[in-house]
Amino acid sequence: MSKIRVVHYINQFFAGIGGEEKADIKPEVREGVVGPGAALKMGFKDEAEIVATVICGDSYFNENLEEAKPAVLEMIKKYNPDLFIAGPAFNAGRYGVACGTISKAVQEELNIPVVTAMYVENPGVDMYKKDVYIVETGNSAAAMRKAAPALAKFALKLGTGEVIGSPSEEGYISRGIRKNIFREERGATRAVNMLIKKLKGEEFVTEYPMPNFDNVVPGKAITDISKAKIAVVTSGGIVPKGNPDHIESSSASKYGEYDIDGVMDLTEATYETAHGGYDPVYANEDSDRVLPIDVLRDLEKEGKIGELHRYFYTTTGNGTSVGNSKKFAAEYAQKLVAAGVDAVILTST
Amino acid sequence: MRLELGKINITDVQFGDMTKVENGTLYVNKEEIVNLVMEDEHIKSVQIELAKPGEETRITPVKDVIEPRVKVEGPGGIFPGVINKVATVGSGRTHVLKGAAVVTCGKIVGFQEGIIDMSGPGAEYTPFSKLNNICLVIEPIEGLKQYPYEAAARMAGLKVANLIGQAGKEVTPDEVDVFETKPLFESAKEYPDLPRVAYVYMLQTQGLLHDTYVYGVDAKKIVPTILYPTEVMDGAILSGNCVSACDKNTTYHHLNNPIIHDLYARHGKDINFVGVIATNENVYLADKERSSNWTAKLCKYLGLDGALVSQEGFGNPDTDLIMNCKKIENEGVKTVIVTDEYAGRDGASQSLADADAKADAVVTGGNANEVIVLPPMKRVIGMLDYVDRIAGGFDGSLRPDGSIEAEIQVITGATNELGFNKMSATEY
Repeated sequence: MSKIRVVHYINQFFAGIGGEEKADIKPEVREGVVGPGAALKMGFKDEAEIVATVICGDSYFNENLEEAKPAVLEMIKKYNPDLFIAGPAFNAGRYGVACGTISKAVQEELNIPVVTAMYVENPGVDMYKKDVYIVETGNSAAAMRKAAPALAKFALKLGTGEVIGSPSEEGYISRGIRKNIFREERGATRAVNMLIKKLKGEEFVTEYPMPNFDNVVPGKAITDISKAKIAVVTSGGIVPKGNPDHIESSSASKYGEYDIDGVMDLTEATYETAHGGYDPVYANEDSDRVLPIDVLRDLEKEGKIGELHRYFYTTTGNGTSVGNSKKFAAEYAQKLVAAGVDAVILTST
Repeated sequence: MRLELGKINITDVQFGDMTKVENGTLYVNKEEIVNLVMEDEHIKSVQIELAKPGEETRITPVKDVIEPRVKVEGPGGIFPGVINKVATVGSGRTHVLKGAAVVTCGKIVGFQEGIIDMSGPGAEYTPFSKLNNICLVIEPIEGLKQYPYEAAARMAGLKVANLIGQAGKEVTPDEVDVFETKPLFESAKEYPDLPRVAYVYMLQTQGLLHDTYVYGVDAKKIVPTILYPTEVMDGAILSGNCVSACDKNTTYHHLNNPIIHDLYARHGKDINFVGVIATNENVYLADKERSSNWTAKLCKYLGLDGALVSQEGFGNPDTDLIMNCKKIENEGVKTVIVTDEYAGRDGASQSLADADAKADAVVTGGNANEVIVLPPMKRVIGMLDYVDRIAGGFDGSLRPDGSIEAEIQVITGATNELGFNKMSATEY
């Protein structure tokens, strides 16, 4: 089997060019191993080979991202690698961010496995741990002796397409990706054991650490609602009868945009819910219960609101991931803004 | 309250002239079952089919799974307040046909029922693939509305399970387990040095196909209340809930609640398991506040050191779960919560719709959004017409060759939140 072709990315300091005073050097490429690449090479044994090393100053990369990123990418691409490694960056902040940025770009553009390595508090970790594998290292270059073999070992696994185990097994920083596994004991037994440990004050490991939730700052109040253009958006699954776009009853992969020009009332004959997560009987009888078009038309007629926007946006919130919800909202929010909508009423179920 | 639970191991099920158990084989009289189901004027027809472990059989859309049981000694009968008179159950002796179940399926009520595969990858996710199932494929009369249809299908399953359970009345069980919970003061006196623990049993109660019944009472109308754990083993709690079937408790789950069994296993050794607090998950905020206030109040009133809290469902009920956890912890009672996750098909989204730092001890039944491919099966009990539309399915889920690509959400019991399964999730 031929060796895995690796391109390695390092900064000016690890290339031996200089410290902070040389942080503005532009990207360059050298054939073969430079600096920490030697330690990686030892870890690779004969299975992989560093064919080129790309070097860039940390300041230059971060301050000239628009030029630096494509230039570095081009250099990497030229060597036709099977695998890309950046760092280790330890606790060097700008270096860590550069390693994360370029690793993510290589993964997306060249579609090859990538890995970088850094200290858990490096700002690059929070920015990129969801996107790329980051092998955990100590906080300074003094930890190179441990970090390089760990990084080399992990890179070989990626390069040979082996199944990557959990963060604790493999030594990378958790990416926050939830995966199903089968444990030794059933859930009830695990729960009882955990409770007994908690009661005794012994250590226990939760199976789901609580996430930090985003807090959304409420928008500014509308000064004159009688002039405002109001739109309605719902996660209650209200759709034209027959669900023409086949929005899923749970875990929606899409949202619908429907024209309500001239629609004064949502009736049993014309609208229904596609949502599979609540008792649908009352929503199907009268969808205004979830998406109050009838009342908004009254308010429009009475001049209490300026106008009701011509389209409404809808999806099913049931089992739908936050990831998908954010994606939908980012799209239709643009449409709402473009249409001059002043305020949106969001309804759930 | 002391209950002897006699298990009669059932290794096969067959049709026969009379409903009886012989050498581990359960014989069921088809005509007798059909006649019983057809007593209900809402039902147009019913087919009875058998599904056994390892067969290439798919059952869908599944509404409920029920274990046949019978009271042998002691007050009342199985499913009190619904099938039998509303006596207080949970003491004396009960026989179980272990390894058999009644499955209600047939034309869909909502778009929310589940799938059970008897072999293949899907079978790994559901405990019901290991049972000898007597399936009722129910067809409602023309134009029957959803509420009466759901009630008719639910009652049919319970009636048939009750009928079949009686076949175990005179049979000598293969194994007898004894469970006992004493009145609170006696229990506290018996184990003065062990931490007092109760089980907070959250029941989903949100309307059609989201409901649960306690002694026949629609549980959305209860305030949290206290049960002896053995009452649950006699059918005090029944399911009317199969929406997003992966994390809904069938009646089978309730009867065999593993948390109750595993708390009993440590009772008198590491803990003093004093009882069950049954509570609900309603849709109104005021109900959520009231019920969680009451569970916390009851935990304190019972002088608990710890409480194990199980959720049913996801999304909206995550709020009830976190309210319960937070308020119980605020009373100085330590909690472990059991839930499941909706982290997206890629597993990258946050798993719950609510969170709190106090929920520091969590057991999970896995990510329900994970996608699975279920191969085609030779035989379908029920119908495949609804696969694209049930919760967890999507446009194109049912492929032309009969295979199904869907989220494990569609599989009955896959991510159960009573800790019935070994599946869990971890962070990668």
